[in-house]
Amino acid sequence: MSRRPGSAEPGGARGERGERPVVPRAEFGSYYGRPVLHEPVWRAPGAPGYLFLGGLAGASSALAGFAQLSGNGELSRAAKVGAAGAVGLSMVALVHDLGRPVRFLNMLRVFKVTSPMSIGSWLLTAYGPAAGGAAASAVTGRLPRAGAAATAGAAAFGLGVASYTAALLCDTAVPAWHEGHREMPYVFVGSAATAAGGLGMLAVRPQRAGQAVRFAVLGAATELTAKSLLLRRLGASAQPYQSGRAGRLMEAGEVLTAAGLAGAVLAGRSRAAAALSGAALLAASALTRFGVFEAGRASARDPKYTVAPQRDRLRGQAGVTRGT
Amino acid sequence: MTADLAHGLDPAARAGYADHPPRMGFFTDTSVCIGCKACEVACKEWNALPEDGLQLTGMSYDNTAALNASTWRHVAFIEQITRVPQPLPGAAESGAPAGDGSRWLMSSDVCKHCTEAACLDVCPTGALMRTEFGTVVVQDDVCNGCGYCVAACPFGVIARRETDGGAHKCTLCYDRISDGLTPACAKACPTESIQFGPLDELRQRAQARVSELRESGAAEVAGARLYGHDPADGIGGAGAFFLLLDEPEVYGLPPDPVVTTRDLPRMWRHVAAAGAALAVGALVACLRGGGEAP
Repeated sequence: MSRRPGSAEPGGARGERGERPVVPRAEFGSYYGRPVLHEPVWRAPGAPGYLFLGGLAGASSALAGFAQLSGNGELSRAAKVGAAGAVGLSMVALVHDLGRPVRFLNMLRVFKVTSPMSIGSWLLTAYGPAAGGAAASAVTGRLPRAGAAATAGAAAFGLGVASYTAALLCDTAVPAWHEGHREMPYVFVGSAATAAGGLGMLAVRPQRAGQAVRFAVLGAATELTAKSLLLRRLGASAQPYQSGRAGRLMEAGEVLTAAGLAGAVLAGRSRAAAALSGAALLAASALTRFGVFEAGRASARDPKYTVAPQRDRLRGQAGVTRGT
Repeated sequence: MTADLAHGLDPAARAGYADHPPRMGFFTDTSVCIGCKACEVACKEWNALPEDGLQLTGMSYDNTAALNASTWRHVAFIEQITRVPQPLPGAAESGAPAGDGSRWLMSSDVCKHCTEAACLDVCPTGALMRTEFGTVVVQDDVCNGCGYCVAACPFGVIARRETDGGAHKCTLCYDRISDGLTPACAKACPTESIQFGPLDELRQRAQARVSELRESGAAEVAGARLYGHDPADGIGGAGAFFLLLDEPEVYGLPPDPVVTTRDLPRMWRHVAAAGAALAVGALVACLRGGGEAP
């Protein structure tokens, strides 16, 4: 580790530059080791479940749109039904997590670009009916032209639904989330594509699932690359992603991703093997979301993740000032 | 919203109040805080805040522990005890009484009423709003308890009350100051550690006070510094700022908080790029027809 994550113990800046303190330093670089921040009130499984389901829905709609254009009706239909189901469930998870669920419509009082949750509410308002309409038309075979329009709308808004959740988490004071804001959108869309591909493999005959497999492979590659970039850039601040409950969740996600990908490529025409691989990829995507969520909570609980990076920043600025 | 735009601008004017009173705030001078907690009590009484736990923390005389949904003033107690008696450096020259270097720091913490307020920025319902005094308040009849403000606050101030599901924090006694009264905590403070007034005036007074303390030569106050007073800091300056005697983190305050929404434009750009990448991924995956896996 090149950089100490700072100290919950005695004064982070003690004894720097050989300066003799006039008064003895505080006995701690924090207030009795208590957190500086409030831990997010969002709870598992609702909140990370929403991240997973929103990603699954949005990416499935995108896949459904292009699969339909390519003439793969079987995959397109399955992805549309999956998207509608996932967005329905995700709405339940969202409303359930509110402190005052009956007021969920207050989200639509305003439109604020400074609030990813506001943007997300409007995205879901546009996306939900489109995804539902696309699925209904695909299942019943009725209103094909309206169904095509809904499919296109769901694919477009789905891109937003699958990606905005990264800004939702990162636009907070939670250190592990905020500091990962450059890479998180790519981790999330990668995870979303992994899940949508997995669902396609689970729901469609292997003969018709080639597109789902390719989507999952692209998604998993994106997710793993973005995740490793995130961890490398964060340095010591990446610790919440690598230790404790969050670390175990993230690791399990990676193992299942690898297993699912191997299964996807090797399954051939075995329906059971393909379905199992698809289920593994779905689970992998969910585990990543739960891991990211838990890492944020852990980083908010420990004052060192708040104080140490800020101290480093101040020291950096002081260095620049002294140098000039 | 860029930092440049926010700097030096009056938040009430930015929120659309054409004609408004001066920006009001708190200056909490911790060098005269005696830890009596009258502010905590007065705040609870005036704002009819429910009891939120009666337990002993075991860490000091501070059994309130932190700001919370029902605790809008919190007095921190920091006991810096030196075991081995030693004269304070500088005590002889200044004529200040010699001590053993031990000291108690006490500080009454409160919502900072940031110029660039993360809670207000991220609130998806508009429940959090800027008042004509430049302060930030929650409209309880609008808040749906989404909890976004709780995660966004860089100071751990605002919180959700489990009994009513809504987010709550200090209002800088919006009701009292609208009638020309002093907020309950400042009114009750027996040492004028909590001072209320127009922010410009408070900032001048604070600068004078910190100079006075440093010039006094007394070792206990040699570390006097202002916290949250600077409009060029990461939150555009606080409406409630402090005179501290040690590093902010010693009091449980973040040393260099930055409002999260300063990075939001960059986050949206990455979100847009990631969304586009997802579209390209779906397109590439479907370039070949619905055939078999590669």
